[in-house]
Amino acid sequence: MEQFQKIKLDTDVLIIGGGTAGCYAAYTISKESNYRVIVAEKANIKRSGCLAAGVNAINAYITEGKKPQDYVDYAMKDAKGIAREDLLLSMSEGLNEVTSVLEENGLVILKDENGKYVTRGDRNIKINGENIKPILAKMAEEQPNVTVFNHVNMTDFLVENNVIQGAVGFHVDERIAYEIHAKAVLVATGGAAGLYRPNNPGFSRHKMWYPPFNTGAGYAMGIEAGAEMTTLEMRFIALRCKDTIAPTGTIAQGVHAKQMNGFGEIYETKYGVSTCERVYGTTKENQEGRGPCYLKTDEISEELEQDLYKAYLNMAPSQTLKWLEGGQGPSKQNVEIEGTEPYIVGGHTASGYWVDNDRATTVRGLYAAGDVAGGAPQKYVTGALVEGKIAAESIVKFLDGGGTARAVENGSAQGKTDEKIADIINGYEQFFENEASFLTIEQTEETMQKIMDTYAGGIGTNYQYNEAGLALAKEKISSLQTVLEGLHASDMDDLLQIYEIKERLTVCLSLIEHLKARKETRWHSFGENMNHQEVSSAFEKYVNSYKKDGELHIVLRDLVVGPAKPLHFIFDANNQLVTGGEIS
Amino acid sequence: MSIAINKSKCVGCGRCIEVCPGNLIKLVAEENAVCSRPEQNGEATQPLRKAVIRREKDCWGCTSCLKECKTGAIAFFLGADIGGRGSVLSVSDKGDIRTWTVTAPDKSTKTIVVNRKESNKY
Repeated sequence: MEQFQKIKLDTDVLIIGGGTAGCYAAYTISKESNYRVIVAEKANIKRSGCLAAGVNAINAYITEGKKPQDYVDYAMKDAKGIAREDLLLSMSEGLNEVTSVLEENGLVILKDENGKYVTRGDRNIKINGENIKPILAKMAEEQPNVTVFNHVNMTDFLVENNVIQGAVGFHVDERIAYEIHAKAVLVATGGAAGLYRPNNPGFSRHKMWYPPFNTGAGYAMGIEAGAEMTTLEMRFIALRCKDTIAPTGTIAQGVHAKQMNGFGEIYETKYGVSTCERVYGTTKENQEGRGPCYLKTDEISEELEQDLYKAYLNMAPSQTLKWLEGGQGPSKQNVEIEGTEPYIVGGHTASGYWVDNDRATTVRGLYAAGDVAGGAPQKYVTGALVEGKIAAESIVKFLDGGGTARAVENGSAQGKTDEKIADIINGYEQFFENEASFLTIEQTEETMQKIMDTYAGGIGTNYQYNEAGLALAKEKISSLQTVLEGLHASDMDDLLQIYEIKERLTVCLSLIEHLKARKETRWHSFGENMNHQEVSSAFEKYVNSYKKDGELHIVLRDLVVGPAKPLHFIFDANNQLVTGGEIS
Repeated sequence: MSIAINKSKCVGCGRCIEVCPGNLIKLVAEENAVCSRPEQNGEATQPLRKAVIRREKDCWGCTSCLKECKTGAIAFFLGADIGGRGSVLSVSDKGDIRTWTVTAPDKSTKTIVVNRKESNKY
C-alpha cells in the first residue's frame, strides 16, 4: 500500500481554520508580535468558510447613539439569559474597530452625504460584502510571519497532561500527513452543519444555510481532547427563503416585509420576535395547517426589486437565479420561507467551547474564536473578527509570559506524543486498508442525518424531541460509529469525507447529552423538549460537558451575568484547571 | 443546485480547484489529447486536463469558481428540486463592473450589472 509521506512542522502559533476569526487572528498576531504563525486550512482561505459567497450587511455594529452594553443586552435577551455577559461585552467593545480595519483594507461600506455609515436598524450597516473573504485572506497572507497551508485538514489535537502540543492532519488531495508542533493553538474551524437531514435531502442537499464543509471538526477535536463545551443544546435554526435557503433579513429588515401565513394573516407578532420565536411561529403555522408561510413582498416597487436582485447576487446568487428563472420576482410574488435543519454554531447561539474572557479554553495553551467558541451569540462576522483579535492578543501575552513548559521537552512525554502521532496516522491508513463494502460513505452520512432528524428534533418532528427518542438517537449514532470505522477510502477525498462524518458523529453524541440535560424548553424550536415544555428557573445555568476516560460528563455552571466578574481560567502547577467558573 | 463545467472552454488552469471551499473540483486527463495552450496548462507534452466536479450534489452554490474562471467555462444552475427549470447563471468581470447573465433553455438572456465598488442599499 502507498504509505503516507510525513511532514513535521514547528511553529509558535498554529491556527486551525483560516476563516473569519482565523484570518483576523493571524493578522493580529503578526501586527503585534514576531511570533511565527501557521494557518492550516482545509480549503483555501481566499474563499473558505461562511464568507465564501459574500455577506450583505454587517449585523453587529454599535451605531451612533448606542453603547456596547446595548448590544450585550440585546444578545442576552435573545438568548433568554443563557449567554455570557463578559464575552459579549469584550466582543461588543471591539466591533467598530475591526469594521474600520476592514474598510481600510478595501471593504465597501455605504455612507451618507456626510460620510457617515448608513445603518439598517439599530445594529447593522450596509456594505458590499461580496469580496470580504478575499480581503481578509490577503490581510493574513501579507503578514511576514504568517505561513498558510491551504488544503490541509487537521483531525486531532496533541495534548499531554492538559497542555496543547500541536495537531495532526492530512492533505486533502495528496497522501501526506502533517504533524504541526506549536506553543499555542487557536481553534477557529467554525461550527457544524450536516448533523441533521437538510431541507432539500435530494440533489440540492448542500443548498443549506451554513457551509456544508463546516463539519464540526473543532468541536470534535476539543471533545476528544477533554476540553469543556457549553450550551450545545441551544441549536441554531435559520429562517430562510424556501428552497434556496437564502437570507431573509435583507427582505424582512431591508424592505420591512412581514411574515404572513397561507390564509393571508400576519403572524409574526403572535409568537414574539426573538430569533427562535420567528422560526417557531413559522413552524407552528405550518404544523397547524396554515402554511405556506411568506414574507409579504408583493407591495414593493419594481425598482426595489432590481436592487434586491443585486443584493442577493452579492451573497446568495441562487435566490436571484430562482427569481429570474421563475419569471416572477418578489414584487409579483411573496417570498416563501421555512426553517432550516438545526446547526451548532457559536456565532449565532451560545454553543461551543467553554472559554474565559481571553478566549482561552480549558486545555492549557488552546484558544478558541468565532463560531467554534461558545457563550457569545449574535457575534456574526464582526464579532468573530473581534474574537480572533482577542484570542490573538491573549496568545501573544501567553507566549510573552513564557507559555507553558511543553511536555515534549521532557523525554518520556516526547515518546508518548510520538506514539500518539503514529496512532493517528495509522488511523488514516486503516481506511485505505479496509475492504470496500456495500455500506458506503454516503449511506453513513444519510443515516446519521436520518437518526438526528427522527430522534433528536429535526425538521421532520418540527424540532421537537423527548427523552425516549434521545436515548434511541444515542444508541443508533453510537452503532454508526462502528460502521464508520469499517468504511473504505480509495483516495484522499474519500478520507476527508470519512473524517467529516466522524467529526459530526462525535458532535451528535455530545449534542444529544446536552439536549437531555436541559430539562426545560427555554428557546422554542432551538430546544423543544417535549418532556419539559416550560421554562424552569432551575436551568438558569449553563449546561457544560467534557469527556474523561472515554465518558461524557455533564456539569452545570452558574451564569456569568450582570455584575459578575469576567471569567479568567486559572491552572495549577500541574496544568490542571482550578478555576473554570462556579459549579452548581 | 450545482455547477456545470464546459469542457470546450476549460483550459485546465486549476483556479477553480484552488478556491472551491468544498474541495469539490479536480483535474482529469483527457484521453488522446495533449495540451494546446502550454502557457496555461503546463508542458505541451502533458495530457490535456480538464476540471470536473467530483459530486454535483455536494456543491454549496457559493459561485466562487465562476468568479475565478477566466474563460467563462463554469455556469451555475438550480436543481429541479429547488425550482431549477434549465436556466444557467454565468458571470464576467470588466474591472469593477460585474455582469451576471441568466441564460434560459431557449437561449434568451437576462443580465444584471453590479458595480463591485457600490454597496448594497438594503
